[in-house]
Amino acid sequence: MSNRCSNEETRVDSRTIYVGHRSSSTNEAFIPPKFCDNRIVSSKYTVWNFLPKNLFEQFRRIANFYFLIIFLVQVIVDTPTSPVTSGLPLFFVITVTAIKQGYEDWLRHKADNEVNKYPVTVLEQGRRIRKESEKIKVGDVVEVEEDVTFPCDLILLQSSRDDDTCFVTTASLDGESNHKTHYTVPDTEKDLETLNATIECEQPQPDLYKFVGRMHIYKNDQEPAVRSLGPENLLLKGATLKNTQRICGVAIYTGMETKMALNYQGKSQKRSAVEKSINAFLLVYLCILVSKALVCTTLKYVWQGKPGQDEPWYNEKTQREKDTNLYLKMFTDFLSFMVLFNFIIPVSMYVTVEMQKFLGSFFITWDKDFFDPEIKEGALVNTSDLNEELGQVEYVFTDKTGTLTQNNMEFIECCIDGFQYKYRDASSDLDGFCVTDGPLNKVQEKAGREELFLRALCLCHTVQVKESSEQGQGQRDQVDGFGLDGEVLPPLREQRGFIASSPDEVALVKGAMRFGFTFLGLESKNMKILTRNNDIEMYELLHVLNFDPVRRRMSVIVRSKSGDTLLFCKGADSSIFPRVRQEEVERIRMHVERNATTDDYLLVVTLGAMCFAVQEEDYAQADAGLMEARLALQDREQKLMAVYNQVETGMSLIGATAVEDRLQEEAAETMEALQGAGIKVWVLTGDKMETAKSTCYACRLFQRNTELLELTVRTLEDGGRRREERLHELLLEYHKKAVQDAPTWSSANQDYGFIIDGATLSMVLNSSSESNSSRYKNLFLQICQNCTSVLCCRMAPLQKAQIVKMVKNSKGSPITLSIGDGANDVSMILEAHVGIGIKGKEGRQAVRNSDYAIPKLKHLKKLLLAHGHLYYVRIAHLVQYFFYKNLCFILPQFLYQFFCGYSQQPLYDAAYLTMYNICFTSMPILAYSLLEQHICIEVLLDNAALYRDIAKNGMLRWRPFLYWTLLGVFHGLLFFFGVRFLFSNPALQDNGQVFGNWSYGTIVFTVLVFTVTLKLALDTRHWTWINHFVIWGSLLFYVFFSFFWGGIIWPFLKQQRLYFVFANMLSSVSAWLVIILLILLSLLPEILLVVFHKPRGPRQVELRHIHTFPLYFTHSFSPRFIYLFHFLTVLPLFSLWFWSSLMEPIFNIFIRGI
Amino acid sequence: MMATSYNAKDEDGRVTVCGPGGGPLLRGKKPENTALKQQRLAAWQPVLTAGTALPALFAVGLLFIPVGVGLFVTSNNIRELEIDYTGADASSPCFSCSQSFSWNSTRPCTCTVPFYLEQPYESNVYVYYGLSNFYQNHRRYVKSRDDGQLNGNEKSLTEPSKECEPYAYRDNEPIAPCGAIANSMFNDTLELFYNDPNGTKIQIPLNATGIAWWTDKHVKFGNPGGNDQNLSAAFQGTTRPVNWRRPVYELDSDRGNNGFVNEDFIVWMRTAALPTFRKLYRIIGKKDNVVPTLPRGNYTLEVVYNYPVRSFEGRKRVILSTISWMGGKNPFLGVAYIAVGAVCFFLGVVLLAMHHKCGNRNGDGDISN
Repeated sequence: MSNRCSNEETRVDSRTIYVGHRSSSTNEAFIPPKFCDNRIVSSKYTVWNFLPKNLFEQFRRIANFYFLIIFLVQVIVDTPTSPVTSGLPLFFVITVTAIKQGYEDWLRHKADNEVNKYPVTVLEQGRRIRKESEKIKVGDVVEVEEDVTFPCDLILLQSSRDDDTCFVTTASLDGESNHKTHYTVPDTEKDLETLNATIECEQPQPDLYKFVGRMHIYKNDQEPAVRSLGPENLLLKGATLKNTQRICGVAIYTGMETKMALNYQGKSQKRSAVEKSINAFLLVYLCILVSKALVCTTLKYVWQGKPGQDEPWYNEKTQREKDTNLYLKMFTDFLSFMVLFNFIIPVSMYVTVEMQKFLGSFFITWDKDFFDPEIKEGALVNTSDLNEELGQVEYVFTDKTGTLTQNNMEFIECCIDGFQYKYRDASSDLDGFCVTDGPLNKVQEKAGREELFLRALCLCHTVQVKESSEQGQGQRDQVDGFGLDGEVLPPLREQRGFIASSPDEVALVKGAMRFGFTFLGLESKNMKILTRNNDIEMYELLHVLNFDPVRRRMSVIVRSKSGDTLLFCKGADSSIFPRVRQEEVERIRMHVERNATTDDYLLVVTLGAMCFAVQEEDYAQADAGLMEARLALQDREQKLMAVYNQVETGMSLIGATAVEDRLQEEAAETMEALQGAGIKVWVLTGDKMETAKSTCYACRLFQRNTELLELTVRTLEDGGRRREERLHELLLEYHKKAVQDAPTWSSANQDYGFIIDGATLSMVLNSSSESNSSRYKNLFLQICQNCTSVLCCRMAPLQKAQIVKMVKNSKGSPITLSIGDGANDVSMILEAHVGIGIKGKEGRQAVRNSDYAIPKLKHLKKLLLAHGHLYYVRIAHLVQYFFYKNLCFILPQFLYQFFCGYSQQPLYDAAYLTMYNICFTSMPILAYSLLEQHICIEVLLDNAALYRDIAKNGMLRWRPFLYWTLLGVFHGLLFFFGVRFLFSNPALQDNGQVFGNWSYGTIVFTVLVFTVTLKLALDTRHWTWINHFVIWGSLLFYVFFSFFWGGIIWPFLKQQRLYFVFANMLSSVSAWLVIILLILLSLLPEILLVVFHKPRGPRQVELRHIHTFPLYFTHSFSPRFIYLFHFLTVLPLFSLWFWSSLMEPIFNIFIRGI
Repeated sequence: MMATSYNAKDEDGRVTVCGPGGGPLLRGKKPENTALKQQRLAAWQPVLTAGTALPALFAVGLLFIPVGVGLFVTSNNIRELEIDYTGADASSPCFSCSQSFSWNSTRPCTCTVPFYLEQPYESNVYVYYGLSNFYQNHRRYVKSRDDGQLNGNEKSLTEPSKECEPYAYRDNEPIAPCGAIANSMFNDTLELFYNDPNGTKIQIPLNATGIAWWTDKHVKFGNPGGNDQNLSAAFQGTTRPVNWRRPVYELDSDRGNNGFVNEDFIVWMRTAALPTFRKLYRIIGKKDNVVPTLPRGNYTLEVVYNYPVRSFEGRKRVILSTISWMGGKNPFLGVAYIAVGAVCFFLGVVLLAMHHKCGNRNGDGDISN
């Protein structure tokens, strides 16, 4: 009973695994716990549930559901158009999507099978059994050979390597291709058969880098030994074994519970502003649709109220119609009108938008300018949904290290005991070391400190020595052996490669190597270093206190040959200084600060490391604390942190190093371009203020004349008053300066730069009193928004996301973009509207979580200014055009109701209704939306200011929408009434024969197809052969199709409505004339607007390139001109219709008079 | 005319349309340097400026005005006479016929409408009948036909489509031709007489062929079993439409113009676009070049009044019209062309002036060439 209870209890947050399914004690009944099997199921469907499940998923989308409803109404109710007209496009869309999803799922099935059926070796009762991977159960002992991928998450029990380690690469998990060392559980027996142990570990969770567990090893009649398990013991499914012949491990997480599978879950969907606009427009059109249907239904019943209209003798109803209830009839009439006008919301728009996004995103991956020859990679598009958002960015949040700077660290100088040393390449100095300042006395003492410092550099890190894999075992032996032979060292020393998680560690080790202290590698817990005198020194590595971004330091505890236990700690100055004896700090602080503010714009100098020693007596206690914390199952992190903090105290300062990090190529130019584009750049960095500030100067984010508003701990402490008061005071002061006194932001007489640090930010955001908090936040935001650039330093990763979120939700909800390269940027990349990852040196986490990944910062310029701008213009035009073309498609049909007794008679033939959006008008706009370059890419890149033209969703605001809608209405009216006046005498052929209603519709439709296509042609500024092909091709196709459709008596059609209608139409001169007239008249205002758009631009040369936009860029006209223009064009055109309709009777009178 | 710049940045631009090789980019593969992939396809970049569009505007103006004048003159030269014979007012000759109308009357009502032609009609004269407020474009009406039956399909003849309801069956016998359109076929008989000044009444020969589309008569419409059959036998087992006085095979004595291929019938079956419409009834062929087809003088229109329109407040007209290359009389096109041409020209002048003023300021010399 108690056993079950404890089971219940543990199930919540941990699981118990019996290694090799051997129960821990014989007297207890062994109940194998149930875990899921090792099948990976990434597929969504099976053969059986594909159809229902896929259809269900598809119809969950509002648009599809709407079209389904329309289709069903058409099937059930007697509607004017056949169900085919809306059924066929819907069927097409659904089928294509289903095929695409089915194919993707089939690929997933294939991939799943490949993984699931992969043969593995399992040790069972001493025998090695081949099994399929999917049959592995939790607790099985699995053997994995070199270069094989782990089939599930394993705890490493045994390795073929002597030092109980193995190497893996996790390239397929997080993209990091360096070899990582994993360790066997200490003290497990070599003979796995007799191993009797249980593992307690946490329930599966997706974090790849976190794992806590505990292993109980039962030996015959002894107290069970307990060993802690950490991520270093865990081999993840998906990782590959390297440099190790074979390992054995026990499966702890299988199948869908492996960390890899848990990481499959997609990121939250980001939606672009364009999509929101589309939905808003859709709503407007839905209202138009419903009101049209309502108007028609109402008028129908008013009209029918007059005697003799509803059912004249020539047009009687069927008995069933007569019997139908009046209200039901009204309702079905309403539905019928809805169906008749439903083409105003086109299915095809969704397809075209999706296609545009999907195909359009290839241009980013294809762009060779994004190809970086160093890493041999181009840009990566993780989502195509946000292409156009790249053209709307208002705020860029950038990381500093690795993003603005190269993260290519180089050791340049150090400071030992207050003396500055610079490395000189000249070989004149024996050790390459020279003192550049300070007295040269106390040489002996100095030498001792120097050596200690260099040893610290060699020991205090987690760097591995790279073993070249092709040389395999032999090379390893050589590495092991060569240390004894001093002679072979120098050449090898140069070839030595180091692998570390952070490049500055490598820089430090390499720096030490230049000064004669070489780290030779870690061998069974002994660190070997080669000193200046070619002596090998061995240090036993007792503990590594890992680096983490919160502590911002790391330590090692080693025991030297002489038995001294030393703790070396390195970290950022701010995290070290409080922990050392204060009297030593001052001398070094001076150097550190001078380094950081060096005005050399090409290099950014960061302070890298400090090293310290701690004495023996603390060790026993520290060791116990560390062991205890490591074994903890719960809150291990916090406990470790507490112990670390406790251990890393009372140290003494040895020295400081300066590591240089160069700016990224063209970082300054890129930042300048972004600012020129009206984008505000905020630098969010974990680095300290001085370094970050000099980076900002180097990137020209701050100029010489920029007035810096500083809100940091230092300025807060200046006044000597309470921080809160000072904060309040400063905020108000800055606010007055930057917001109230600045007349308008554009005049830019004074640039302001704002600097804030993490501590102050948290004071601003989490002020003690509620009322202050929101007020401070507001003040802070207003100040920031009026500054050209903002620098936030000393930021924790979460604070970065907090800032992004704050700006994102501020007034006007600006579009934000985050760019970063490291794991600490992931939170802000996920938070921003668009997340950009840089394929930098700090692993792949940022890239994996980003929406787009580029190799270098400089690519951001083209990504935003060229690609983003073009994508936005393309998709905005696509959306507006789609609504426009369907409005002028359906409006004549609506107007026709007034002339056909509101009987829902369609104006166009069913084939035209169906094909209009699918075939006749879809290709030109798709080609336009993929290829259009209204401004050449070069010009866009040269004139960053052009980016401002489309800011704030400029082409999809209500004003341009209204323009397009009015244009659609104008065209629709023109088409309908133009033909209406022509048909006042339907004898249009030269043999006196008359045209009927289908000819009427066909003439309107012909004008429509030609007008909307030519309208697009007028808007096209970039005519590639593809544009020519699809535009002229569509028109030709329309003509050929019409001939073909009207040329045959179709056996499957009930009515041959269009039989020879098109051909007869073309035989009528009047029809030709009216078609030409209406097309020209429709496009006339357009042409005039295009003509009189004055291109703006700083230089005349650009007039050639900066092409014109129609009315949606009306801000370039003066309002007076616009009114004049409307008067001149639209008014006469409309009055023309009144005129001609008035003239008709007058002419009749006139002619009769004759 | 067009100010264009040819953008040929990449002449060697070989175009290769590659399948979606995107998504996760293959490591180490440099994107291909093709014009399409690098968005550098050679492109024509037309720049519509005032300098290019203003001449076009003038050209349109100069082209449209003469065309419009031509159309207007042509339309004006067409002789057209409309005679309303509905008989709505008591004074009109057909008043009694329109009042005493009944579907069952056995004796047709006839009325005579005199009219005077002020000008001779020189060329072929086309006789139309016109109906007003008659909704041939009502949805229920438009679809109430069976094109299979009309094409001569035997099966549809005996089993009319249900679209024809309620005009599909009468007393369980299939109606041929079925449907509301056929049922309501215009059945007034119109005859024209020239009142010679010497007192004789000369009947003018009316030609009943050539009034329907050729393709309709020869392809779309066909009698069951072919046009040369004995039609009464071919239509065995069917009945005439409710409102018809004769079965379909007695529409005309001419074999080639009888049954479903009767041209009056075919013309009626082409549903009109608007509730006021005209349909071609007869053609008066031109005799020779000396005598006008219809000389000026007094005429009499004799109407066998069969078709009721009063119930839906409709009107009936007869239209005598000559025809030009642009069809019947319609001043709209001419007026529209003249108007658009004038507007273009006017706009051209105004904009030229405006542009000249603004253009000089901006130093844009585009307009001068």
